[in-house]
Amino acid sequence: MIPSPLLDIRALSVQFQTLEGPLRVLRDVSFEVMPGETFGLAGESGSGKTTLGYTILQALAPVARITSGAIRFEGRDLLSASEDELRRFRGRRIAMVYQEPRSALDPTMRVGAQIAEVVEIHERPRSGVALRRAHELLELVNIADPVSVARRYPHELSGGMQQRVVIAMALAGRPSLLILDEPTTGLDVTTQARILELVADLKRRVGAAVLYISHDLAVIAQVADRVGVLYAGELVEVAPTGDLFAQPIHPYTRGLLDALPHLDGMHGLTPIEGRIPKLTALPPGCVFAPRCRFAEPACTAATPPLESVAPGRHVRCVRWQTVIATPRRSTQAAIAPAPAGRDVPLLEFEHVSKRFGGAGVVARLLGMGAPPVRAVDDVSFDVRAEEVVALVGESGCGKTTLGRLAVRLLRPTAGHVRFAAPNPTDAQIVFQHPDSSLNPMKRIGPSLARPLVLRGLRGEERRRRVRELLEAVRLDPDTSARRPVELSGGEKQRVAIARALAMGPKFVVLDEPVSALDVSTQASIIRLLTELRRALGASYLMITHDLSLVRHVAARIGVMYLGRLVEIGTAAEVFRAPSHPYTRALLSAVPRPDPAARGRPIRLEGTVPSAQHPPSGCRFHTRCPQKIGRVCEEVEPPWERASATHWIACHIPIAELSRDSKETGP
Amino acid sequence: MTRYALRRLASIALILLLVSVIVFAAVHVLPGNAATLILGEYATPEAVRTLEREMGLDRPLLAQYASWIGSVVTGDWGVSLAMKQPVAAIVAARLRNSAFLALAALTVVVIVGIPLGTLAALRRGRPVDLAIVTATYVGVSIPEFVTGLALLLVLASPSVGWFPTSGYAELTSGVGAWARHLVLPAMTLTIVLLAHIVRQTRSGVADVLAAPYIRAARLKGASTRRIVLRHALRNALLPTITVLALDLGYLMGGIVVVEEVFAYPGMGRLIIYAVQNRDVPLLQMCALVVASVYVLANFAADLAYAWLDPRIRYS
Amino acid sequence: MMWRSPTLAVGGTILIAVITMSIAAPWIVPYPTTEQHMLDRLKPPGARFVLGTDQYGRDLLSRTLAGARPALGLGLGAVALGLALGVPIGLAAGYVGGRVDDLVMRVVDAMLAFPSLLLALLIITALGASTGHALLAIGVANAPGVARIVRSASLALREAEFVLAARVRGERHLYVMFGEIFPNVLAPVIVEATLRVGFAIMAGASLSFLGLGVQPPTADWGLMIREARQYVFLSPWPLLVPGTALAVTIVAFNLFGDGLRDRLGAT
Repeated sequence: MIPSPLLDIRALSVQFQTLEGPLRVLRDVSFEVMPGETFGLAGESGSGKTTLGYTILQALAPVARITSGAIRFEGRDLLSASEDELRRFRGRRIAMVYQEPRSALDPTMRVGAQIAEVVEIHERPRSGVALRRAHELLELVNIADPVSVARRYPHELSGGMQQRVVIAMALAGRPSLLILDEPTTGLDVTTQARILELVADLKRRVGAAVLYISHDLAVIAQVADRVGVLYAGELVEVAPTGDLFAQPIHPYTRGLLDALPHLDGMHGLTPIEGRIPKLTALPPGCVFAPRCRFAEPACTAATPPLESVAPGRHVRCVRWQTVIATPRRSTQAAIAPAPAGRDVPLLEFEHVSKRFGGAGVVARLLGMGAPPVRAVDDVSFDVRAEEVVALVGESGCGKTTLGRLAVRLLRPTAGHVRFAAPNPTDAQIVFQHPDSSLNPMKRIGPSLARPLVLRGLRGEERRRRVRELLEAVRLDPDTSARRPVELSGGEKQRVAIARALAMGPKFVVLDEPVSALDVSTQASIIRLLTELRRALGASYLMITHDLSLVRHVAARIGVMYLGRLVEIGTAAEVFRAPSHPYTRALLSAVPRPDPAARGRPIRLEGTVPSAQHPPSGCRFHTRCPQKIGRVCEEVEPPWERASATHWIACHIPIAELSRDSKETGP
Repeated sequence: MTRYALRRLASIALILLLVSVIVFAAVHVLPGNAATLILGEYATPEAVRTLEREMGLDRPLLAQYASWIGSVVTGDWGVSLAMKQPVAAIVAARLRNSAFLALAALTVVVIVGIPLGTLAALRRGRPVDLAIVTATYVGVSIPEFVTGLALLLVLASPSVGWFPTSGYAELTSGVGAWARHLVLPAMTLTIVLLAHIVRQTRSGVADVLAAPYIRAARLKGASTRRIVLRHALRNALLPTITVLALDLGYLMGGIVVVEEVFAYPGMGRLIIYAVQNRDVPLLQMCALVVASVYVLANFAADLAYAWLDPRIRYS
Repeated sequence: MMWRSPTLAVGGTILIAVITMSIAAPWIVPYPTTEQHMLDRLKPPGARFVLGTDQYGRDLLSRTLAGARPALGLGLGAVALGLALGVPIGLAAGYVGGRVDDLVMRVVDAMLAFPSLLLALLIITALGASTGHALLAIGVANAPGVARIVRSASLALREAEFVLAARVRGERHLYVMFGEIFPNVLAPVIVEATLRVGFAIMAGASLSFLGLGVQPPTADWGLMIREARQYVFLSPWPLLVPGTALAVTIVAFNLFGDGLRDRLGAT
């Protein structure tokens, strides 16, 4: 007997009413989720994926309207259900977990009570039963000591724990469908790995179906049974996970997969030309046609239907046969590997420490002060001329602080930062968030002109140089008349890069330069940065949490944990054994965009300790799966030499580290 | 939490000190001084100087300030130049009268205003909300003395005669008389304050209702009633307390005008009297008292806020 | 652009009318504002005196039209003064941060501890009662509130990435404050300023009502009400006419300010 779908969405279209007219956020979306399966919905920003999640639960903002289509859940029509009926579904049969866990929790209510509330709403239990169930649920999501955690307020918990609480809250009603919308965005890679593991685990134990919405294809590869790809409001491809990743059919899917950086450092990072269309100006016919290399007149004449091309596979493309026959691009045009750099150190960190805050001596004697935050503690390394060094680590490791120390935004509390270039302004920085990198009140031209003014350029020469800068970052010259709000994220980031270039730097700190951008844009920005570096003969200090990216770009990589450098070496060396235990865990936690490679990541117990009370001895000892004993708690680990360029700070001898870790690359 | 309270206390102390400096400085920029006021225009320069020396007005400003602060703290609040009586007694009586007025107004405002504001936020955009918003707009924009006089016109005119036009009756002479003298000034104050509170509560509750955790609660299947009572109100209470404290200051300003309109013998009228007569000792103490009450009320509001917000209480 | 928002449109229209009235007053008044008609005292609206007369037989329409000038002048002038004082202080305090910011904010808090009318009263006591002193008093009383708002905006923007980028470029502090931060503070300041004009007009009228602001025989709405007080039961018009004018003008400023706030992006 063919099982009937749990969730059945047919030809769903949703519109938003705005001042500029109707925004057709979702158009003709159809797919099903079967009981017990995990369906991954992949899409970049502007794809409409979050709207879809809210639409199912009829929790859209008042300006949204469902213009056509049907949503059936367990056979019942949700769109015609009354508010009362819907309330019985929400939290009970269908539960939703958010992107920002913090925001889903009421800050003035204890978390246990919030979980228990779901039970109270739907089951009207006797007193005490709801809270007991809350404790059970907290245990189910692997929170140790559930009773005490239940009594805490949201702000007292870490990000990872908050997300578990939100998942527990979602499970409280024993739903048959769990909707997860970017549940791990904003969490560290190691925390994300644990949450993903939990989700997979729960599926086995609880048996709920999961609709997993994310922009991260690698994560979807790890958790989903089937995948749907959403682009600018339309579903362009649906397939079983293995099939989709092994042989993607729709040009957009192929483009996305080709744009992802592979952990081997050789494949991927192929950009998709063009940008996601504005929902107010949708192109005629196939919505992907303007960016598609296979496009032909038939594609723009009419919107292609979602057709079945193989068992379980649907594609919205009229040229799909041609597409399959053409080889993938990810094996071509790899980024040229980063050079080894000259021998001359350009920027040197010499036993640099940085502390923040901390009350004065008197206050601390009185027991009233807080100790300082030890953001960076005794870090030494250098960046040579024409080299790219990457600094990786999770939140709170101090890498951002180091970046700011390098460009003199901060002064070290101890140690020295030596910069061997003639002017201090030969060191520049590009920030993470394109929205806040540019002054919203200034047009692009004046923003770019400012550094030129500082360098003494006037009048026509300055105007010419602005045009040259825009050209160097592949932007139209008429961009200089626009305001930041009119540009896309990728365009804004290009301007930020141009502005940093305008000072003619020899050294540029890139602080998470592409994290806030879509996958398809990331690839082109990275390529741009690589070209520019070569043209300028400059060095980069790239700060990022994205390990796959680093392999492509950096010559050397430094790994940081809680303010300390724990390993440094060439890119190839760091990705291979011997590795610091933390590096090993980090690498194992990175999700690969390959469903066949669903390994079990190394589990890191506990959470990152506070930087105000760092552990004694080796900072990592509280969570290290390879801790050897008391020495890790009491003595700071020495630097051990694995090669002339590869150093690891650990008590475990190198020989053992080489033996224990397997090849951690792809 | 205790640490927070102690830190606020230290901050308050500093502010009170600065307040006293401001009061002292403002008043002592006078062209004439107390001595010339007392002796009159035709006093000889020597007489003025002698009196100045006696009153200590020839000392450096800092010394004068120090001795003034010293006497304030020890309870010696000086003698009013114009009334020739101890300032402390005068201020105590007037403060009490103003307190009656303030409390009457505040009670009505809290009981009526907060629910009204919440209602407006819940029914945002609908007729009820629009009506409330329009009414509050007008309420906020009409000066108190206009409202007061208009009320006088309608409710206290000789032909209607429900309420007296001015003055005050002690509680001892009967609650009825006391209450009747209180009604019109209290009503005037209430109208303005009500408009303020309703607006603030409305925007506070509307902000909370737009918060992500409210949407999350809805997705849990919570009914509107549960959302409002269990989640929204508790979170909206926090900014409302802040607003109430801020309004206390407004209340004091409004009190000055309202008391003048109704000749109600409170702190406001006392201040006007002191200003008109350049009665320095009286004015200094009045200003200090009023400002201190405001500062302390804000302090209490801060503490209440800290106690209610777990993010501050448990940090 | 302006006419899409009803609050902006209504408020703006009324304001334009009021401003025009105040400018054109000397030429459009039917009677000189100080001309007394002893036989026609406290008359209700009629053929000769469109809005009635006051206790000295002066035409209410003329006096009310003329009264727009001191009201607007006081309101706008006081707020301008408050901005001139408050904006640089707030910008600098927020930008410099640390001890300086702490100290400046303590002083600002202390000044805000006074109900603003009281602060204005203290200043009037020191200087004496007149229109100019009232403007100064209300302006100074407004400054701390403005400084506060500007300071929190400045503080928030201090760590904004474009500001940091400017510092890494080697820009001077003055440029960063006024060239980068200030343009982003402008929007909330403008909204705040417009709303404050309404309250400044109210404060000015209150001071005049108390006899501490505009002095007779100038035609000013607050002063007119003060003078009309004793006769309110004999004729309500000397109270109602300037009172309505006051209310309408203040409502207009509030509407306009709210409309601006919505339009400029709810800051």
